[in-house]
Amino acid sequence: MKKTLLMSTIAAAGILAASAAFAGNLTVVSWGGGYTKSQVEAYHKPWEAMGGSKINSEDYNGGLAEVKAQVESGKVVWDLVDVELSDAVRGCDEGLLETIDKSILPAGDDGTPATSDFLPGTLTDCGVASIVWTTIYAYDTTKFPGAKPTTMADFYDLNKFPGKRGLRKGAKSNLEMALMADGVAPGDVYKLLGTDAGVDRAFAKLDTIKGSTVWWEAGAQPPQMLADGEVLMTTAYNGRIFGAVATEKKPFEIVWDGQVWDLDLWVIPKGAPNKADALKFVAFSTDTKRNAAQASWISYGPVRKSAAPLVGKHATEGIDMKPHMPTAPGNFKNALQNDFAFWADHADELNEKFSAWLAK
Amino acid sequence: MSDPSDPLVRFIEVQKSYDGEILVVKNLNLDIAKGEFLTMLGPSGSGKTTCLMMLAGFEPATHGEITLEGNPINNVAPHKRGIGMVFQNYALFPHMTVFENLAFPLEVRKMGKSDIETKVKQALDMVQLGDFGHRRPMQLSGGQQQRVAVARALVFDPQLVLMDEPLGALDKQLREQMQYEIKHIHESLGVTVVYVTHDQSEALTMSNRVAVFNDGVIQQLAPPDVLYEKPDNAFCAQFIGENNKLMGTVKEKSGGNCVVDISGSGVVHALDVNAGDVGAGTSLSLRPERVEIDPPEGKFPNVFEGKVEELIYLGDHIRTRVNVCGHDDFIVKVPNISDHASLIEGNPVKVGWTIDDCRALDVYEGP
Amino acid sequence: MSEQVMAAAGGGAVLAADGTPLKERLQKTLRRRKLVAAGLVLPLGAFVFITFMFPIVLMLFRSIDNPVINENMPLTAAILEHWDGQDIPGEEVFAALAADLAQARETKEIGRVATRMNFEYSGVRSVFTSTARKAKNMKAPFKDALIKADEKWGEREMWVTLQRMSKPYTSSQYLAALDMRYDIDNNIVMQDEDRQIYVMIFGRTLWISFLVSALCLLLGYPVAYLLATLPLKYSNLLMIMVLLPFWTSLLVRTTSWIVLLQTNGVLNDIFVWLHLIDDEGRIQMIYNQMGTVIAMTHILLPFMVLPLYSVMKTIPPSYMRAALSLGANPVTAYVRVYAPQTVPGIGAGSLLVFILSIGYYITPALVGGRTGQMISNFIAFHMQKSLNWGLAAALGGILLVGVLILYWAYSKIVGVDNMKLG
Repeated sequence: MKKTLLMSTIAAAGILAASAAFAGNLTVVSWGGGYTKSQVEAYHKPWEAMGGSKINSEDYNGGLAEVKAQVESGKVVWDLVDVELSDAVRGCDEGLLETIDKSILPAGDDGTPATSDFLPGTLTDCGVASIVWTTIYAYDTTKFPGAKPTTMADFYDLNKFPGKRGLRKGAKSNLEMALMADGVAPGDVYKLLGTDAGVDRAFAKLDTIKGSTVWWEAGAQPPQMLADGEVLMTTAYNGRIFGAVATEKKPFEIVWDGQVWDLDLWVIPKGAPNKADALKFVAFSTDTKRNAAQASWISYGPVRKSAAPLVGKHATEGIDMKPHMPTAPGNFKNALQNDFAFWADHADELNEKFSAWLAK
Repeated sequence: MSDPSDPLVRFIEVQKSYDGEILVVKNLNLDIAKGEFLTMLGPSGSGKTTCLMMLAGFEPATHGEITLEGNPINNVAPHKRGIGMVFQNYALFPHMTVFENLAFPLEVRKMGKSDIETKVKQALDMVQLGDFGHRRPMQLSGGQQQRVAVARALVFDPQLVLMDEPLGALDKQLREQMQYEIKHIHESLGVTVVYVTHDQSEALTMSNRVAVFNDGVIQQLAPPDVLYEKPDNAFCAQFIGENNKLMGTVKEKSGGNCVVDISGSGVVHALDVNAGDVGAGTSLSLRPERVEIDPPEGKFPNVFEGKVEELIYLGDHIRTRVNVCGHDDFIVKVPNISDHASLIEGNPVKVGWTIDDCRALDVYEGP
Repeated sequence: MSEQVMAAAGGGAVLAADGTPLKERLQKTLRRRKLVAAGLVLPLGAFVFITFMFPIVLMLFRSIDNPVINENMPLTAAILEHWDGQDIPGEEVFAALAADLAQARETKEIGRVATRMNFEYSGVRSVFTSTARKAKNMKAPFKDALIKADEKWGEREMWVTLQRMSKPYTSSQYLAALDMRYDIDNNIVMQDEDRQIYVMIFGRTLWISFLVSALCLLLGYPVAYLLATLPLKYSNLLMIMVLLPFWTSLLVRTTSWIVLLQTNGVLNDIFVWLHLIDDEGRIQMIYNQMGTVIAMTHILLPFMVLPLYSVMKTIPPSYMRAALSLGANPVTAYVRVYAPQTVPGIGAGSLLVFILSIGYYITPALVGGRTGQMISNFIAFHMQKSLNWGLAAALGGILLVGVLILYWAYSKIVGVDNMKLG
């Protein structure tokens, strides 16, 4: 009797777990907002129209916490997750992610094999990149009748442009931007940050605007803070600012100088319930056409070289998207790529220092 | 004991309304003598508690004046009136010991510490709770709490003490015991007590005078014996003690007496107290113990034939329900004396009474 | 019966009618009832255990659990156990290390090893991952090969840390949570000044919680008094207003505070319009400690008002009247008679608000800005971002102990029986 009860309990639990990961439904997890919308329009809808399995789209706030919890508890419900480069590498190192065989990726439309069609560094053991995104800073043009900020140094110049600044609450990209504002060339930033003197220099630069800074955490906050007049200029993800400009007609302007760019990649949690389907979706969504199509919904740059020339106009607003791409030549002059290896080594220490600095 | 010409408390033309539409107290005039034990008796909603609250200062009078020793106190705050009060549920402060409860009124009067100790001890001894000073109210029985409440109301030597149904929460036996104790304390201290209750036996036991309230008006103000034996109106007759009520019409009036027709069942000779004119309705009031069973021929002017409906044996008397003059709820108390009439249910019986015991009053239909 | 009672008082066993001792008999009859009662409580008990007690125990365990190095670098760990920690260990250890690294890379566990080490010794993550890649092809002498692969292997600090971390249990998470660390000689020392943070945040969390509790009491007490004493038709309306915040989502409420308090928000606009401040002098009321305190006070106010109200409701008005009739003026009567009787409500409300505040997370995250962050925000950070669950568990453990101490102190001072929650 006891045994039957136990068995039926286990069976019931099994049914529950199975229904959570609905057989055949592909659970795709991404960052929400305009970004997820661009993926739904450019990937999910054509995928389902083509006869692919139904997609169950979920939002999260980044990081590996949920993936880690799912993998370690053995109850994986996510099939595909959109993550940053550092998380793709770290998750792969810690065995939280499936490795992805790159031979499943189709060749470019121009016939270039996938491995050389993707920009260098955009394919990792466990991840396939889809877009290039950037942390930039932006301002409200109506607040600057005269001189407008044009460089990273301007962001830190409270004398020239007095007013509140917005910064992401975290060490990453803030320390790099501070050094670049202090005159460090992009190529020397991480070398310098590896030393105590470099870290001190970055914090010293941050100190100069600490008193006039409002801190944000979610990507949706900076455009809102600009619109509310809460800050005069703020760092932000370029797609969010573009979204506010394109669809809400906000008078925001992005400064393409000293920005830090990064990748978003597809990864598959280890033990994902629909792994085979997830792999097919990765191949489908990163082909040249899809890769270019996403850029007509949001201003994040495609990672396939063959997709770059196909970038056209915004799908609903008719804006030419090419000049808004972080990868556009005019925007890319003084850009720094986020060094995931550096951050893998130093994130814990620098975040602690950053928190301590912030709290003081 | 009291000098009626020098009242301690006077209610003069006092009116009270809570909502501006209904008068809860209508035109009240009442003098309370020094040292008197006056009870305000009445059903709930009759205005008695409201009068007490106006006297204590917790409710303002809507109209009229209340004086204490000749001084109007309408605008004197409650804590400056110096009136002791015992509340329905005692209102002993639960976070203080018995001693602290009693010391409270003395402390706020800035009395010295040693004086306080003496006074509290006296007051506790008075209520036979000398050893209970360190206890909390919750650790006392109902009767003990009651005594503490009385002691607290008296410890600061007020000349007037108000008691708002103080015995309502006690069981019957304890209640009767406490009635005597309060009565004794009143007598030995000579303090003036205004006592509110809805229990008529309590009122009769304890009071010098009873004010019977109904509908915001004092129906009768009299010592207990007068109130019981000579009620002024049908309400008082009905409210106090047990009463036989016979409804009828005034037929004749002469020399303080009257003849009342009990709707076809015959005529009754009664004392004209409060009856209307000839032809008007009246209710006759007759105490059950004043009715005699099988009276000798010619002893009473009022003799009627009836039928024994029910007999209840109560030890000292036999409560007999008789159907007479068309009323089947006519009660006769037959004293259990050695040669009392032995009655049998269903048998016919004769009942008789005097003119003076049968009071013709107004018609009161009851609430 | 009275004889039996006497016998019991005299110490002898009282017997029931059938000759068994009365006590035993009584227990037998009560046992069934107890079993039924226990059966009725069992589902809830099991639920609480599975969803509450068990996770807490698990969390506390995680704060000291340290299996990663011990399990994945077994050879090195075994030999390092006997190392005296003075000089760089010999070839034997390096050989074990090379084997362990190669094996860990094979099993894909090297990432976890590297991450765990990196929490303790910042920057060595890449030392482990990169050395592990080369380990498979290394040949003796391994000492030279490893130091050639990365010179950090020639440092004593690296080995001391590895030795410390290869033990299956560790107190290092608790040390980190208290801004302390082991130095190179395994002494416990304070963390470098520019990395000290948690003690200060714990202190701030207590301070904010205290402030919120005090403000809630200050604002809630009169409201509760009104609620308890007003006529029913007004008090009902007031009660709805008190409970209204309960019916709106936490996010909506917090967001409305942002709208009200931000620099270009409603309140600042009104101040400017009233010429209380000029346009440049707008007050920063949100994204700092003030914002956290204001928003949390608003959200937690009902938790103060309701216990106070339920206590005040049971205080009959006759107490105040009695005090007045005894000659106390209204203020004295209130202070000496009414207020002391509300102490159980004050205690319950304050403890409730304080404990809720200590663990508050969303509100400080949204409106706390830089100076309004509380310890829960750091626990969340280590849970979600840094994935240092051990440190998060240690921070949570300290918080738990803090709350228990508070509760203990409260029950000592005020008495738990004296607390009334509703």
